Amino acid sequence: MAAQTRKAAIVGGNRTPFARANSVYARASNQDMLTAAIDGLVARFGLQDAQVGEVVAGAVLKHSRDFNLTREAVLGSRLSAATPAYDVQQACGTGLEAAVLVANKIALGQVESGVAGGVDTASDAPVAVNEDLRRVLMELNRAKTLQQRLKALSGLRPGHLSPSVPSTSEPRTGLSMGEHAAVTAAHWGIGRTEQDELALASHRNLAAAYERGFFDDLVTPYLGLARDNNLRPDTSMEKLGKLKPVFGKGADATMTAGNSTPLTDGASAVLLASDEWAAERGLPVLAHLVDAQTAAVDHVHGGEGLLMAPVHAVPVLLARNGLTLQDFDFYEVHEAFASTVLATLKAWEDDAYCKETLGLDGALGSIDRSKLNVAGSSLAAGHPFAATGGRIVATLAKLLAEAGPGKRGLISICAAGGQGVVAILES
Amino acid sequence: MSDWYRDFANSGLGATITKQLGLPRPVELRRFEPGQPLLPGPAVVGSAGQGRLQEQLTTLLIDAGVTVSSPTADGERLSAVLLDATGLTGPADLAGAHALLAPAVKRLAPSGRVLVLADPPADADSPAQAAARQALEGLVRSLAKELRAGATANLVLVPAGAEAGLAGPVRFFLSGRSAYVDGQVLTLAAADVPAGQDEDRPLAGRTAVVTGAARGIGAAIARVLSRDGAHVVLVDVPAAGESLAAVANEVGGTAVAMDITAPDAGPRLARQLLARHGGADVVVHNAGITRDKLLVNMDADRWNAVLAVNLQAQLDLTQALLDTEGALKAGARVVSVSSQSGIAGNRGQTNYAASKAGIIGMVRAWAPAFAERGATVNAVAPGFIVTEMTAGMPLGTREIGARLNSLQQGGLPVDVAETIAWLAQPASAGVNGQVVRVCGQSLVGA
Repeated sequence: MAAQTRKAAIVGGNRTPFARANSVYARASNQDMLTAAIDGLVARFGLQDAQVGEVVAGAVLKHSRDFNLTREAVLGSRLSAATPAYDVQQACGTGLEAAVLVANKIALGQVESGVAGGVDTASDAPVAVNEDLRRVLMELNRAKTLQQRLKALSGLRPGHLSPSVPSTSEPRTGLSMGEHAAVTAAHWGIGRTEQDELALASHRNLAAAYERGFFDDLVTPYLGLARDNNLRPDTSMEKLGKLKPVFGKGADATMTAGNSTPLTDGASAVLLASDEWAAERGLPVLAHLVDAQTAAVDHVHGGEGLLMAPVHAVPVLLARNGLTLQDFDFYEVHEAFASTVLATLKAWEDDAYCKETLGLDGALGSIDRSKLNVAGSSLAAGHPFAATGGRIVATLAKLLAEAGPGKRGLISICAAGGQGVVAILES
Repeated sequence: MSDWYRDFANSGLGATITKQLGLPRPVELRRFEPGQPLLPGPAVVGSAGQGRLQEQLTTLLIDAGVTVSSPTADGERLSAVLLDATGLTGPADLAGAHALLAPAVKRLAPSGRVLVLADPPADADSPAQAAARQALEGLVRSLAKELRAGATANLVLVPAGAEAGLAGPVRFFLSGRSAYVDGQVLTLAAADVPAGQDEDRPLAGRTAVVTGAARGIGAAIARVLSRDGAHVVLVDVPAAGESLAAVANEVGGTAVAMDITAPDAGPRLARQLLARHGGADVVVHNAGITRDKLLVNMDADRWNAVLAVNLQAQLDLTQALLDTEGALKAGARVVSVSSQSGIAGNRGQTNYAASKAGIIGMVRAWAPAFAERGATVNAVAPGFIVTEMTAGMPLGTREIGARLNSLQQGGLPVDVAETIAWLAQPASAGVNGQVVRVCGQSLVGA
């Protein structure tokens, strides 16, 4: 065990352009896309046949056959087949959690380099057999005699033919994530206009970043798609304002397809390393992963919003690092829904909430909104669940590198199950 | 890509028909493969007048494992005939060239080589000597047109003092690397030539940048440079990133997605080359676009786009590399891809031909400055090369385009790549400011 820890360097990243579900990547599997993201990273950094310390990635929607998804992707990639890999899964926090895990092993000196990634497809989702049918089939599998087999088969019903389709509903509440977010939006009084403004900024910022070539070394085209196809560079408040609400009820129905993320397909990968490993290969160090924190809230019984866990995680992270919420040059708050970002910021500004719910001395305060999601975020790019963390880590690392040494960025990602993952990067 | 006509002409029935009708009878050319001997059969070396190179050439061949045969031996098929014509004093001495070549060419094997070495006419002591030297150009170009079955004839001009740089070019013209280079005149210059190179991996340990590397000729260049031992940095526009990454991973190189016409492209590339690779040994300017229209119908956008990508970007990138200390390593090799259109012109391609002719002006102008750094800058000018682009041409146009050359077939991207890889070799130090056509001695242009 290393006597001292060290900060892991973020060398660079690569992702596929993100595609709305059932569009360009409709026939691509999680393994296809993760392999493509890794191979693009390999090509960018000349890592053909290289053995990196570990590849850590995951997917939220996963086929049972993909039990070893990341290792299989590595075997299909140009990395050395002697590169170990494992899967992680923490809902939408998967990608960032993977980066934290790799960074921690680097910090401890257990590996010198690693790739963190994530992938998701809503188009090639795992459709399973009906749960009742599955029980019958398992019973049949256990049957030893003809009589037992016939008895098992007698349990078959026509209704068993309808498949079990994955959904974004919370298992314990039965509410979809959007419905949960609508409850939170109503609680915090998040209006339609401010949500649409945030969505508009996301599209404008992402489009501008593409125009200035920012993504030239962060994205590799895939299956003929060169840019995220959810991006609408020409959208406007008028266009967004015309969309009908899809979540919430009555006057509180403010969430539309324009200010919520669509189901998306895509993959991302980030290369992390020790400074020495990067220097030996002449590779850049864009930023370092300084620290990270997870949190979870009781959205079932505790009255807290499903996507509010990052609100709880950030003050813990700030306190441990002796920082205030204002000590950052960039903020990357994952736009699951525009209302989620706005509720998060509002909660940190709320003195009573910060005291009573977070147990702080007072409000964390507001942030300079011009530093928020400056290269666009999930509302414009789309949100292939497990791939979002890798997109954000690589984007923020490059923003920090461009801004020069000593700059600091905060990442906040909410996840299903009432969880949140947050992290600090520093150039 | 298969050449259906060549395959037909080499079939039993096809051979009879094409012979009877006097149609072109192209053969499959001898192309280079690693580990291959320099020549598959024996060679003869002779001279016209009292030359100074015959002994050097003979030693070079023997060292390369080639059997040097007698000019007068009967029967045996020859893989190459080398004529040392550095001893010419006047036209009368040319009879010696005729005396050597006539019987030897008769014995030339398929994909054989005729290589003539002489002094540059401009260095002659007398008009008679200059006339004799210049006469060789007419002889070689005509002989190249007479040769059949994939054989080529080329002329290398060796000024006094440039003999040390002879081995690389001679090996190139004899080998399968020059399969589609025919009827060319190359002028050597005196230079410090590093002694010896690993002929199987002449670019080992070198870093080579190739622009436009995602597909076609650029991808072929990346593959050949990698095969020859170089670490290749592949550059192409971000939109081509998918195939760029695939080629990079195939050749074990590094992909750089960038628009080379962006204002900061040069400095960005220079910084990356310096940081990641400690500078570049080889730069191949291959990226190019076409926006064809007759001049009168051509809008400014078409004109400007072609000039920006094909010419201005080459000037800017090269200048940025020159300006960045260490970005171009000592003994660097810059090779630009020009075009037959830039030499002969082409209807509908005023913009493209202007850009490709401009490249020729550029490399010639830069050559002396590069020589001072122990570096070289050259151009290759491909003729009709069979690519995805030509596959889309109408059959008639394509077939005529492919046959109008002495080898009676289109070249392959690998032929262009082999010529570039040769220019990139350490042993090519004496080749500077040259334009090497890879056109099978096209009937189009000089």
